[in-house]
Amino acid sequence: MALETKQVAMTGNEAVANAIKQINPDVIAAYPITPQTDIVQFYSTFVANGLVDTQMVTVESEHSAMSATIGASAAGARAMTATSSQGLALMHELLHIASGFRLPIAMPVVNRAVSAPINIHCDHSDTMAALTTGWIQIYGENAQEAYDNMIQAVKIAEDPRVKLPVMVCYDGFITSHAVENLVLVPDEKVKEFVGEYKPQHRLFDFDNPITFGPLVLPDYFSEIKAQEAEGMLAAREVILEVAKEYEKISGRKYGWFEGYKLDDAERVIVVLSSAAGTAKVVVDELRAQGEKVGLLKPRVLRPFPAEELVKALSGAKVVAVMDRAETFSTQGGQIFTELRAAFYEAPKKPLMRNYIFGLGGRDTTTAHIRTVFEQLKQDQERGSVDRKVTHLDVRV
Amino acid sequence: MASLKELSAIPEVLAPGHRLCAGCGAPIVVRQITRAAKGPLVVTNATGCLEVSTTVYPYTSWNTPWIHTAFENAAATASGVEAAYQSLKRQGKVDKEVKFVVFGGDGGTYDIGFQSLSGAMERNHNLVYVCYDNGAYMNTGIQRSSATPKGADTTTSPVGKLSYGKRENRKDLTQIMAAHNIPYAAQVSPAHWNDLYQKAEKAFAANGAAFINALAPCPRGWRHDSKDTIEICRLAVDTCFWPLYEVVEGKTRVTYKPREKKPVTEFLKAQGRFRHLFQPGNEGVLEEIQKEVDRRWEELLALEEISNR
Repeated sequence: MALETKQVAMTGNEAVANAIKQINPDVIAAYPITPQTDIVQFYSTFVANGLVDTQMVTVESEHSAMSATIGASAAGARAMTATSSQGLALMHELLHIASGFRLPIAMPVVNRAVSAPINIHCDHSDTMAALTTGWIQIYGENAQEAYDNMIQAVKIAEDPRVKLPVMVCYDGFITSHAVENLVLVPDEKVKEFVGEYKPQHRLFDFDNPITFGPLVLPDYFSEIKAQEAEGMLAAREVILEVAKEYEKISGRKYGWFEGYKLDDAERVIVVLSSAAGTAKVVVDELRAQGEKVGLLKPRVLRPFPAEELVKALSGAKVVAVMDRAETFSTQGGQIFTELRAAFYEAPKKPLMRNYIFGLGGRDTTTAHIRTVFEQLKQDQERGSVDRKVTHLDVRV
Repeated sequence: MASLKELSAIPEVLAPGHRLCAGCGAPIVVRQITRAAKGPLVVTNATGCLEVSTTVYPYTSWNTPWIHTAFENAAATASGVEAAYQSLKRQGKVDKEVKFVVFGGDGGTYDIGFQSLSGAMERNHNLVYVCYDNGAYMNTGIQRSSATPKGADTTTSPVGKLSYGKRENRKDLTQIMAAHNIPYAAQVSPAHWNDLYQKAEKAFAANGAAFINALAPCPRGWRHDSKDTIEICRLAVDTCFWPLYEVVEGKTRVTYKPREKKPVTEFLKAQGRFRHLFQPGNEGVLEEIQKEVDRRWEELLALEEISNR
């Protein structure tokens, strides 16, 4: 059967809302927050018009959104929510509970800066603060990737080897609100791809009543957490298997990262999500001038594909990791520090520098990316990095 | 009206062998309420004594599906469970008639869980929320809550040279829940078991959200003998400190009016947490407590009259 090729014009949020409509979860419990809001609005319209089987719970906070989603998922339903920024922060304690319960909740997170100062625009400080919560994290560059990741997330989360929740992250406003062309997978194919949710354990099994969320003392706690870590390890296989399967119905390839003109690149930028699109334009320009530059756009941060990233960057001479969130460690952003740690045992290490950029939605243009590549060229010629961490485009 | 013999024949969802203290009001409330469900029942529990003492992994005292996620969100968790039921039932994936009950202490209900409770009540989920009110954060070691009565000695409102215990009056949560205009709200006491059972039946039969506030003495926190739990519950009702009433579709009905209203000191002096109030110098505090009990009782009687006019 031929693959769908007809393009449609949608915002990122509209595309994701449509993915969720095709998945048709049993329950959605959500609270609006900019820039996630119109996912909830689109979905409310689907419910109001009888286009889905979903029971919608319009809760009074994100804390309750995640609590109700956990309750519904534990009951045996396919349950979802969506959020951004402060909403994700308010959910934080429940993020640990969703993963600790091994509940396969797939959740779009429309990346937005966390207060203070209050700001509604994109950066990654919300999801970076959730890296240790036991959730798988997948990032997308544009509406197409956000849509594709959303559908794959359900299958990854529900795989019996994984049984962990997944955040599907994409950039607030830049991706969530811009209208782009994308290709949807037909409804029937998505339905077949995600299949019916068959939980191993559920509350609604009255012949075998289960106690969800008991008190676990030091005699068992470590074992339960170690099993959770095994689930994350198993996700390494499952994420790739699901990507292969998804390619069959979409024709689009996904993996740990996207390499753009990376193979012989000496100077490489590593950057997540929408900024990668801007970087690609500059890579093309510089390549046309004969510069050996390339781009690596990570797709998955949990589990962290350390080996794969090291291998992909082993030919590079100098790498700029661009982090769209501060860690305040004074040692650089999250991706920078994890990537440097991944290179600890590598025989060949590129020079590495870090840029903290685009905070609170500060626009990152091709001019900024060109500055970064110019800096990398100087580093390469000098054979050293003069400054490990730089805040890009900040007035002093 | 069921007889005690009939009630005792109903299978229980909370098995013996749990680790709650002797004389604790919570399991009495749970056993009395859950009997009225008459069929498949899903229990949601807020963090607290009841949760930690009944589910020490790998054991459980719950012979029915049970879920606990966190402290402040039992009503929200139950909202999701109930929504899953509505969805799966509509899709033909669940065929049983299932009831839903939530248990939270006064900490998880009056205070940290207040917002999620209000949300669940306003959304009118088909569930029964039961607060077992022991008037302080007992699980963490008897700290004051907004349900703690004025004058009580707790570890965060301790009696001292400058303190007679908690200075503030209790929050009236039952009235606040009734103000949500939910199908059913009631206040109960384990000493009046028949009144309690009938109210639980009505709560489960209500088509939507129901709230029950149940007095649940804590022998550790109230400092009374374990054997006196039920007697103290009776004194709470007979002094009108804890009136028994229900609010159905806006109509208040006081379900028990003591023939002779006892002074509140009868209730207070039975408990060690109020012992200091009977020392010289605290007469004024006792007067204030009595005045507040009287005011609230009169107001309740007036509400009953007005709402049934």
